[in-house]
Parts: sequence; structure tokens; C-alpha cells
Amino acid sequence: MYNPQLNKNGELQHLLTLEGLPAAIITRILDTAASFVSVSDREVKKVPLMRGKSVFNLFFENSTRTRTTFEIASTRLSADVINLNISASSASKGESLLDTIDNLSAMHADMFVVRHAQSGAPYLIAKHLVDTGQDHVHVMNAGDGRHAHPTQGLLDMYTIRHYKKDFRNLTVAIVGDILHSRVARSDIHGLTTLGVPEVRAIGPRTLLPSSLEQMGLRVFNDMNEGLKGVDVIIMLRLQNERMTGALLPSAQEYFKSYGLTPERLALAKPDAIVMHPGPMNRGVEIDSAVADGAQAVILPQVTFGIAVRMAVMSMLAAA
Amino acid sequence: MDGSINMNIVIKQGRVIDPANGIDAIKDVFIVDGHIAAIGQAPAGFHGDQVVDATGLVVSPGLVDLSARLREPGYEYKATLESELDAAMAGGVTSLLCPPDTDPVLDEPGLVEMLVHRARLLNQSHVYPLGALTVGLKGKELTEMAELTEAGCVGFAQAEEPIQDTTVMQRTMQYASTFGYTVWLRPQDPYLGRGGVAHAGPLASRLGLSGVPVTSETIALHTIFELMRSTGAKVHICRVSSASGLALVRAARDEGLPVTCDVGAHHIHLTDNDIGFFDPNARMTPPLRSQRDRDAIQAALLDGTIDAICSDHTPLDDEEKLLPFGEASPGATGLELLLSLAIKWAQDAHSSGADLSKAIARITCDAARVAGINAGSLAIGGVADVCVFDPAARWKVEPAALRSQGKHTPLIGYELPAQVRHTIVSGRVAFSR
Repeated sequence: MYNPQLNKNGELQHLLTLEGLPAAIITRILDTAASFVSVSDREVKKVPLMRGKSVFNLFFENSTRTRTTFEIASTRLSADVINLNISASSASKGESLLDTIDNLSAMHADMFVVRHAQSGAPYLIAKHLVDTGQDHVHVMNAGDGRHAHPTQGLLDMYTIRHYKKDFRNLTVAIVGDILHSRVARSDIHGLTTLGVPEVRAIGPRTLLPSSLEQMGLRVFNDMNEGLKGVDVIIMLRLQNERMTGALLPSAQEYFKSYGLTPERLALAKPDAIVMHPGPMNRGVEIDSAVADGAQAVILPQVTFGIAVRMAVMSMLAAA
Repeated sequence: MDGSINMNIVIKQGRVIDPANGIDAIKDVFIVDGHIAAIGQAPAGFHGDQVVDATGLVVSPGLVDLSARLREPGYEYKATLESELDAAMAGGVTSLLCPPDTDPVLDEPGLVEMLVHRARLLNQSHVYPLGALTVGLKGKELTEMAELTEAGCVGFAQAEEPIQDTTVMQRTMQYASTFGYTVWLRPQDPYLGRGGVAHAGPLASRLGLSGVPVTSETIALHTIFELMRSTGAKVHICRVSSASGLALVRAARDEGLPVTCDVGAHHIHLTDNDIGFFDPNARMTPPLRSQRDRDAIQAALLDGTIDAICSDHTPLDDEEKLLPFGEASPGATGLELLLSLAIKWAQDAHSSGADLSKAIARITCDAARVAGINAGSLAIGGVADVCVFDPAARWKVEPAALRSQGKHTPLIGYELPAQVRHTIVSGRVAFSR
């Protein structure tokens, strides 16, 4: 099947989603990332792999944290970084998305890191680059709508592999607002591609998309049931606006039913790890005692995130 | 000048398929003074000024399209009457209904008269406007339906704006039924699925697109049928999209409610899977649904639950379509695809009993019956609107080859069967290929 992320040699041309990405490529990204983890510990935290290349951070949706991690990854690879915050309002004033891309391409961009509120926006950009013969420009999806956040998915895979070694005997639970979560979708594709035999979705029915079973998940509405015997717990951030759209009655009731407390964590395997893409809402989806506890690997996730983004960028630049 | 002098035309040796009159045979068709004079034997003293050789071709009534947006008034930058009626001629469409969602909305007799007048001057397809059911399509006040009818409207519609207030909906139906007018409604709940961009199913879940559930259609149908029972109004259901919706329409017909129903031509063949990697061309309203729904549409065309296929022609420009999927405007070009998509149905569903004659009926006489207009047949003495097409031709859908200003369809690059060779409107050969 045609896959817009791969070039004709089967190499990574763009990173748009983890869906349909061969396990071998994901594994290669994780292996490459492992070699970059040590770079951050050096006194000179730079390698010259992308010297002379220009990376444009194109954030149509604001996110200081994610943008910063991409920025750090690019600078550690010695690339030049240009940050552009294009809020939805200024974009709607005139220039279309593709006009913006053409303009920036004319400034000799080598890579676009794109965050956009609309699912699929990076596909439109990638297709446009192909249609206009700009095969040397690469697109990295830094989060599109509810669709995908592939580098977050990859850093989650890296974290799980770091602590659990083998994917093929794991039970992983994803807890919370899966309906609106691009992280959840990327995690699901990453986990199933890497051979995790059981991926569970836990949440109230208002926050679970239909057809999760068809994506290979076991669905639990009861958190206590869903956490039994799991190796990995991925908590999702609950946005405050979910209280207004008749999706949830209150943060308190949500925490009561789906908050990760030490008592609930005890239902998982004793060596289970707790992950969270951040930023956390303590007391809403996660108890502070868990977030700061021995089983939480939330800060290592952030550290690995830089290495994973460096890995993807260097592979794209070499394609 | 073309159109001012009616020539006598003979269409020779074509396979005449006129479902309204039960004709399917190789015959000559004789046109005198803009009307069908005879089929088979030449009328006494006939002298042909023009001969159309239809050997190997099908001669059918000109097509009747129940929904084609011509974009006038208000959206001339997207398309004009000239460009779109030109496209209609290339598509064999000799009569078409245009929905009221123009700018301003077709809610005043003067606007309707102007549109009908402009179309008449162009002397191509016969244009029948649908008037707005409520002022500005806002769902609050009744329009002057009797005046609008006098100005040329053949029914009253809400286009894509559902009426939120059920009391208003009931009153529009009561008032329309007072005069025997048909109310045209697309079944969509005003709230459920609002803001949705794709069929609520596995694909939308995977791609992270907000969904329009089938229940949005079925709940609206339940409401419409209840109000039909209490008001006695005649209703035409526009663009039904789901198997469950069709089951409700079928039950309503069986019950004897005066309901008719159409489907958009793209929806006969495509499903939400055709969205692929977020192809904005596949953004449609109602959304393309599942394979099960598409199969139900194909079956309902056969058993008569769906009366007619329409193009739901919606010309859109690049600025509206070359956008992320959820921001792209819904709709596709269709006037030049209608014939081919109907014939493709006849071919694809052949083993279940579909055939050329049934496919032609759904885009000619059945559509004319729904609209209540005198068209869609080759009856002797009737206006000579004729489509001559090659059923064996195959052509590739390419933007540059389309005459419509709307170049967007998810079928770009597809090869389709059947192509129009000649379109005759009011006894004049208006298009030849």
C-alpha cells in the first residue's frame, strides 16, 4: 500500500504517524535514539549531523514545551532552528497553509516540524511538497488534531523498552480521554506494531471513541478491572474543557472513578511503570503520591523525548 | 442564431431507451419544431435538416438532476451560470433543480425570477429553483411560498441548514401542504454530529476526525415522518446516506406516507475508506459512510426505496478544498459525472438485477416525477430534450477536462463508463463530443 511517509527506497521521508510504519523502522529509530541519549550527558551536547540544515518549527497551535524539545533536538544536531508561532487567527486573516509552506520553502527550509489543530494537516503539507517537486524537504508531525503525535508515541515506546526490554509479553493500559488524544492513537499503533499482545483502553464511554476494538484494544470502563496485572500504565491528560461539553460532570467525580491513586496502582504488577505525556493535572487524573512515586517514569520520558526527536531528525535528514 | 430557428433533426439508428414509455429498441427519433415528432417511422412529409448518427449509441431522455448548485447569485467567483450550464450540457443534463443556498438565499420572488430569466437567456438546461423553506434558511419564519411558486420554484428546501425549532418545522410542513407543495429536507439532527466531518466509524476514530453518527440521520427521519403523519405534508428526503436511514424510508413508504427520496451520485460508489490519507476531496455532506451503507444504497436504488440519483453538484475552488480535511468545504463537482455514476451502478449491480434502463430511469423520469416537472421522457409531442451517449466508452476523470469551474471530486483519476456524445435541448443540438 502507498505510504506517504516512506520514499521509494523504503526510507523515512516524513514522520506523519506510527500507523503503517514498519516495526523495523520503529526499532531503528529507537536504536538510534539510544546512541543519542549519551550526547545529552556530555559537556559539549552537540553532534554535527545536521550542520547547515534549517529546521522550521511551524506551530499553528501553541505549545511551548513540545516546541522546546524539538528546538533542543535540532540544536544538538547542529541545525539552524527557526521558530514560527502562527496562531490560528493570523493564519485565517489571509495566507493559506500551503502559501505559508511555499514561502518558507523559498527560504530553503530543509525540514518542517508541524503542529496543527486539524487532524491530517501534515499530510496536506507532505503531499504538497511531493506535488511541487520538493522531495528534499521533510515533514515531522509534532501533533495534528486528535490524529497523531508520533514523536510522543516513539518516546513512549523508547521508555517502555528501556524499562521492560521486550514488548512481546506486556500488558499496557491507556487511561483517560482517548477520544481527544493524539498521543493515545500514536501509542496504540506503536504498541500493536511492536507486538504488545494486550493493549487496554480504560475510561468512561464519553471519552472513548467507537470502534476501539477494531484497533485491537480491550476496552474497560471499570478502572480497577482494567489495571489488574498490567505492566505499563499510560495516563492521559484531561483537558478542563471536557467538563463543559457534557462529557464529564466534574473533575472530582472523574478522579474518583479514573484517577490513578496508590491503591489502584497496587492492582497492577508490582514492577509496573506509570507514564504521562504531560502536563499533568495532579488530583484530576493522577494522585501526587503516584506522580512523584517510585514507579513513575514521567521525567525520564522527557529526557528520552529529546533523543528520540534527534533520532528521527537525523534519519530524515539522511534520507 | 442557435435556438431561434428550430431545425428538424433525425437521430438515426440509436438504441432508444425511454423508461417512462417502456421503450428499449433500435429506432430513429424524429424532432420537429423543438418537439419529439415520432419514434420509429418518420412523420409524413419529414425533411431532416440535421442528422445525428447514433449507431452504437444510446438515445435517452435528457437527464434530470435534482440538485446542482449553480452558485448564482452570490458566489460567482466559484462558478457562474455560464460555466455550470455548459457543464450540464456536457453531462447530458437538460433539466436541473438548484437548491436555495445562494447569497442572498432564494427566499424572495424577485431573486428567483432573475435566476430563471438569466438561465432562460442562456438557452441551455431548464433551470428549476427550489425556494427557501424559511427566510434566510434561518429556520424561523415562513417564506412566501405561493409567490415563490409563481416565480418558478418547484419545491421548498432548507439545503444544509436543519431547522432547530420543531414547531417551525411543523408549521412549514402545514403551510406547504395547504398548497400541495413538496418540502425538501435533508435528514440531519441539528445537534448530533454538528461539526462532524466524517462518518462516525472506525476510520474517523483512527484518523482522529470528528464523526457524524448515523443516528443524526435516523433521528431526523423519525421526526420528519411523525410530522408528515400529523400534517399530511409531502416530503422529499434529500441525500439519504445510511442503511438504517433507508430502512426507515422504506417503512414510511410501505405505510403509505407521501415520501420520495434521492441519493448523491458519489455515495453510490464511495465509502469513508476513500478518505485515505485525509483526502479533502472526499469531504462530503452527508459524509461518505461504511461499505454496508453503500451496499444498502445500491440495493435501495434497485427496489425503488430511492427514487432518484442526483449529482449534488457543488463547485468549489482550491482555496476551499486545498485545506486540512476538517477545514475543507464539503462537496464535489458532479454534473459531468452523473450519467457515468448511474451507469456504473447498473454495471456493478447487474447481477442483482440492475440494468441500463433502470439506471436511466433514476436520472430521468423518476427524478422528473419527484420534482413534479414535465421532463425525463421521450413522449411524442413533448419538448425534445435528449441525451445521446456511448455506453461502451470509458473516460478518465481529469480536472482539466471538466467544464465546470468545480474541479474537485474524490473520483479524480478514476476511469468511468459511458460518455455523452450529443445533448439536445428544446430541439437544438447544444453539445457534441
